Amino acid sequence: MNSEFFITPFNLGLYFILIYSVVRSTVWFRNLSRSDKLRLQRGFFGRPFMDSLREIFMESLLHRKIFRKNPVLGYMHMSLAFGWFLLIVFGTIEADFFGEKHLNPPSHAIFFRWFNPEHGAEGFARIYNVWMDLLLAFILSGLLLAVIKRFIPGMVGMKKRTRHTWTDRVALISLWLIFPSRLFAESFTCGAHGSGSFLTGNLGAALASFLPAAEIAPWFWWLYSLSLGIFFLLLPVSRYFHIPIELFLIFMRNSGINTGDRSSSYTEVQTHACSSCGVCISVCQMSYAAGINDIQSVYFIKGLRNDRDIAAITANCLMCGRCEEVCPVGIELGPMRLIERRQGEREDGTLRLAGKYSLMRKRSSIEKIPTQSYGYLVREEPQKADVLFFAGCMTHLTPSVIVAMKKIMESAGVKYRFMDEKGGVCCGRPLMLAGRDREARELINHNSDIIWKSGAQILVTSCPICYKVFRESYYLDATVMHHSEFINLLIEEGSLRLGYLHKKVVYHDPCELGRGSGIYDEPRAVISYVAELQQASQERNMSLCCGGSLGNLTLSSDKRALIAADAARTLTMSCPDELITACPLCKKTFVQSTKTKVSDIAELVAAALPRPAVKAVKKRATRAAVKATGNS
Amino acid sequence: MSLNQANKFGFVINPSRLIDYDSSDRKVRDYVTLREPSFKLCFACGGCTAACTAGQHTSFNLRRMITYIRRGEIEPLRDEVTRCMLCGKCLLVCPRGVNTRNVVAVTAEAISKLDRNEL
Ligand code: SF4
Ligand code: SF4
Ligand code: SF4
Ligand code: SF4
Ligand code: SF4
Repeated sequence: MNSEFFITPFNLGLYFILIYSVVRSTVWFRNLSRSDKLRLQRGFFGRPFMDSLREIFMESLLHRKIFRKNPVLGYMHMSLAFGWFLLIVFGTIEADFFGEKHLNPPSHAIFFRWFNPEHGAEGFARIYNVWMDLLLAFILSGLLLAVIKRFIPGMVGMKKRTRHTWTDRVALISLWLIFPSRLFAESFTCGAHGSGSFLTGNLGAALASFLPAAEIAPWFWWLYSLSLGIFFLLLPVSRYFHIPIELFLIFMRNSGINTGDRSSSYTEVQTHACSSCGVCISVCQMSYAAGINDIQSVYFIKGLRNDRDIAAITANCLMCGRCEEVCPVGIELGPMRLIERRQGEREDGTLRLAGKYSLMRKRSSIEKIPTQSYGYLVREEPQKADVLFFAGCMTHLTPSVIVAMKKIMESAGVKYRFMDEKGGVCCGRPLMLAGRDREARELINHNSDIIWKSGAQILVTSCPICYKVFRESYYLDATVMHHSEFINLLIEEGSLRLGYLHKKVVYHDPCELGRGSGIYDEPRAVISYVAELQQASQERNMSLCCGGSLGNLTLSSDKRALIAADAARTLTMSCPDELITACPLCKKTFVQSTKTKVSDIAELVAAALPRPAVKAVKKRATRAAVKATGNS
Repeated sequence: MSLNQANKFGFVINPSRLIDYDSSDRKVRDYVTLREPSFKLCFACGGCTAACTAGQHTSFNLRRMITYIRRGEIEPLRDEVTRCMLCGKCLLVCPRGVNTRNVVAVTAEAISKLDRNEL
């Protein structure tokens, strides 16, 4: 009875995938950097491990995040993942409990009904059977949704579906066949033996009434085993590889490993953890506002996975970070793209099948050859100052913002130096976004030198792009503040007296300030202090990109205009008196695409300054400001 | 030497601006036009140059650079193209919607390809 041939494909597939996973994860572990290895080892004993287990349960099995976004899609994923998991667990218990001996090979649990066709006639076994049938029905319901989603994506609430390769397709078909073939295999066996519960029993009886059930049953058992075997064999080269890989990702992330700035095992794991769910497609403004449908993160990741030449895809992205915000797997899509942008040219190595099984991808990692050099910059001796104001190049194109900032700081009695009054040097972030880190370093060193020599305690900037790079890539002693934070500080310490403007305004979170640097509350506090702040439909971490982003080197101006128009329309839906932003680039971009007045937050505050130039409250504001940031 | 002598008389002889179409090299122009088609739209207004961040520190001039590319003068381009900081100010002032940053990036690419004989 145990010598059934049909279990061979299943066994082959299962043992292949187990061994393959162990070998591949070992290779990945070996390729981690020393510190990351240590992190992972430490993570294994302690809280991170428990966190990971909880996360795996909530996300990989229950798919809570997808559930929140889209309940139908969530149910589909949950029924397949969680249902299958339960089926395996309870199937193993069943085989252990009711089978002839304990500790059976996995095939005994999977093909339990074949080996025990009469099982479950009465008592506890009968109830257990109902449960097993319920689980099967649960999975089949999810599968039905998956089939519907494949053919009519709109039904499950997905805007776009992702494209597939042929291995994906074969894997998909075998996945789809697994559970229906199990249903029929069990039903025919039950029908032939008069056993089974509400699903398999009834269906079996019905089928057996007009078909030779006993003869047909083996065929379906073969199909069941084959589809499982093929699915397991193709798993590493199909999109479903993400299922086991996501577990690795969760462990690594919870142990404190992050993407960093070069490719590593972690980027490799992230590439394979993408489930091609397509959530990133529907939030991408490049797609729904500009009609560019081949650059979204899912395609970027797929290109990485298949070792394609994806330079064009990599470059053509706003780096707005909206997709990263919604990615249910939590892939660090922004840093991944930046790493890829730093890459020099490479061949298109479209992978053949064997290459896809290879254990560690050898993507070349030659940095771009530097093309820019700034030897012409002259280092000047800056004047000493406690507060240093760096407007930023873009702000020089919106002089009204500079005027407003000057007024505000004078009115608050801040003693400051204007670092780039006569035109400064770019902060370097645009170069970094273009994958030119080495050249950016030159600019960073130049600016750092000036800032250090000025002895400033606070560095205020009006440009969120500069703000982000000052905070993340400069080594500074000064506290870096965006002007919205600084104004908020001045208001809180009472050195800025402001009137109230009877205006309804809506606030746009600039990508680099909001998602990029996590500054959401200070600008809102400032605005609410001087005007009535309305809510926008897309705000905070889901705020829109204005389309002007320097993150995209190749996007044409007409496409940018489409994105800007769409974003401006969404923001001004509630007909505010003014659209407030906190970035000169956003301001410049929006001005061209909406009739609503667009102002920077500094201009709004400057307008609320008391009219007749009352004597500024000189309470040595600078000192107080410095103390408040705890940096004196 | 001759320039200095000429100066004594209060005259300066400008370097020749004669365009020699026999020595003009169109490879870079073709490469840039292909990779960044908006390059064709430039009508040499000079707005970009007036706004330029790098131009405040050195004699970098994007409009001139574009002229060099169009005329196929590669030699003066080599040095010129290295000076831009890709900051994007020019992008915002250009009245013709030329994707100026990418023009610079693509030109730099073209030059390094030219040096490797790949163009
Ligand atoms: S990148 Fe994230 S959101 Fe996009 S398809 Fe992959 S898993 Fe889904
Ligand atoms: S970062 Fe923004 S533009 Fe780029 S793929 Fe994600 S959502 Fe689209
Ligand atoms: S980030 Fe933009 S605005 Fe800020 S300094 Fe650099 S180029 Fe200028
Ligand atoms: S991107 Fe280059 S050319 Fe344009 S303004 Fe900046 S430094 Fe000048
Ligand atoms: S601003 Fe635009 S059109 Fe004018 S010279 Fe520069 S690139 Fe050409």
